[in-house]
Amino acid sequence: MRDVSIIGIGQTDVGERWERSLRDLAVDAVVAAMKDSHAERVDALYVGNMLSGELTAQEHLGTLIADWSGLGGAEAYKVEAADASGAAAVRLAYLGVASGIHDFVIACGVEKTTDADAETTNAAWSYGTDAEYEGNQGITMPSMAGLLMRRYMHEFSVAHEDLAPFAVIAHANGANNPHAMFRSPISAAVYAKAGMVADPVGMFDAAPLCDGAAAVLLCPTEVANRFASRPVRIRASAAASDRLAIHSRNDPLFLRAAHLSAERAYMQAGVAPHELDLFELHDAFSILAALSLEACGFAGRGKAAELAKQGVFDLQGKTPICTMGGLKARGHPIAASGVYQIVEVVQQLRGEAGANQIEAHLGMAQSLGGTGATAITHILEA
Amino acid sequence: MNVARYWRTEKTRYGLVGETCRICGEPIFPPRDLCPHCTEAGQDVRTFGGKGEVYSFSTVNDAPAGYSEYTPYTVALIKLQEGPLLTAQLTDVDEPDVHIGMPVEMVTRKLKEEGENGMIVYGYKFRPVIQA
Ligand SMILES: [Zn+2]
Repeated sequence: MRDVSIIGIGQTDVGERWERSLRDLAVDAVVAAMKDSHAERVDALYVGNMLSGELTAQEHLGTLIADWSGLGGAEAYKVEAADASGAAAVRLAYLGVASGIHDFVIACGVEKTTDADAETTNAAWSYGTDAEYEGNQGITMPSMAGLLMRRYMHEFSVAHEDLAPFAVIAHANGANNPHAMFRSPISAAVYAKAGMVADPVGMFDAAPLCDGAAAVLLCPTEVANRFASRPVRIRASAAASDRLAIHSRNDPLFLRAAHLSAERAYMQAGVAPHELDLFELHDAFSILAALSLEACGFAGRGKAAELAKQGVFDLQGKTPICTMGGLKARGHPIAASGVYQIVEVVQQLRGEAGANQIEAHLGMAQSLGGTGATAITHILEA
Repeated sequence: MNVARYWRTEKTRYGLVGETCRICGEPIFPPRDLCPHCTEAGQDVRTFGGKGEVYSFSTVNDAPAGYSEYTPYTVALIKLQEGPLLTAQLTDVDEPDVHIGMPVEMVTRKLKEEGENGMIVYGYKFRPVIQA
């Protein structure tokens, strides 16, 4: 296996991008990632996407994006793992380069949710759950998160307002990210007053679905300095799965896949959670932020909110999370989020995070599919 | 319309028909070919009693396509008396009256209608146990 580094990153503005199509967004990100490096050749392109068929009537997406990005001839596929599709594309790109089969591989994550009406998008997003035993009961992703959140509040005696810090942190950080969908800080009072999306999931507990694309270009570490002035090394890449349906898990409040993939990543990188300078986690819902932190060793069971209140996960805290706004404030273009996370860790490690720059040498990103049944974790080093 | 897709799971949806693993003895719902506990194949058919309690619940305000006419509705994780958890809508109850631990029982209700000429899909929902 070869060491692998990231030599190029690209991202589009996140939001309701009426003027750009699915392919436009992906091409924007891919071209930006290529321009960010000096690489002249791309051997393979993996496009992480969940809903192109459902919402845009477009499959065969890998080849379409390769074609329109000027990568004709490159190996190209779409990769699907629900919300973790983009992170899965990054992992496949990593495997392709690490194995020695490819030298230059692009992973792109793209989602276009605003071409369909809300009902269709809600239904399609819920296809990442068990269609026969969850989906057919009319559940939605916010209501699935609601099931976890209410049980969490019940078991650990956590009040709704105790979870406010996760939204407050994300929106504070998103305010300084020029690519973010929401760029205004919110207070705990605003959080508490907001309406309900899927009780007890409030408006600021749920990340907004939207459009966006991000891309990274990978090559062998041994030649990375020739193609980028500040390559970022991938110290670990690991994935794990859990039972798909929440009701089939032994302990629904323990994200086993998140735990396993993080443990595998810590082992590969030879690091412990406290050595990480930042953690871009999957805060599609506040409850998932809390459960991820607990599954990955940053907080004891039921203790994540308390630590968040103490400032542990603020930009100035011990382990900053969602440093560019997370899914909540940057926005959650479903499959693209996993690649945005990687791009944002690279920005921090290169010292390109602007007003949100922290002192960072090692950073972790973890993307979850659905309610956590897929978890993909990467650890990057400056 | 694809009828086979629905009749395949009819027994499970109408009668809470699941399994008991012949190898490890665990109750299994919904039924699977390989036991989720010991991964062995070999289960006996078993009908669950339909009694349980609310393990957690949430409200759907913005429904997926096919369910919009029913909003708002309450979805729940139900812990069956025999052990397994399942996901189901609650019915015959308003959400403010629901609480974790509330005793519930299974009823068969309409889940959705598929399209204009589509079929009506029935399945289990749960309602509060009517106190004698
Ligand atoms: Zn068994």
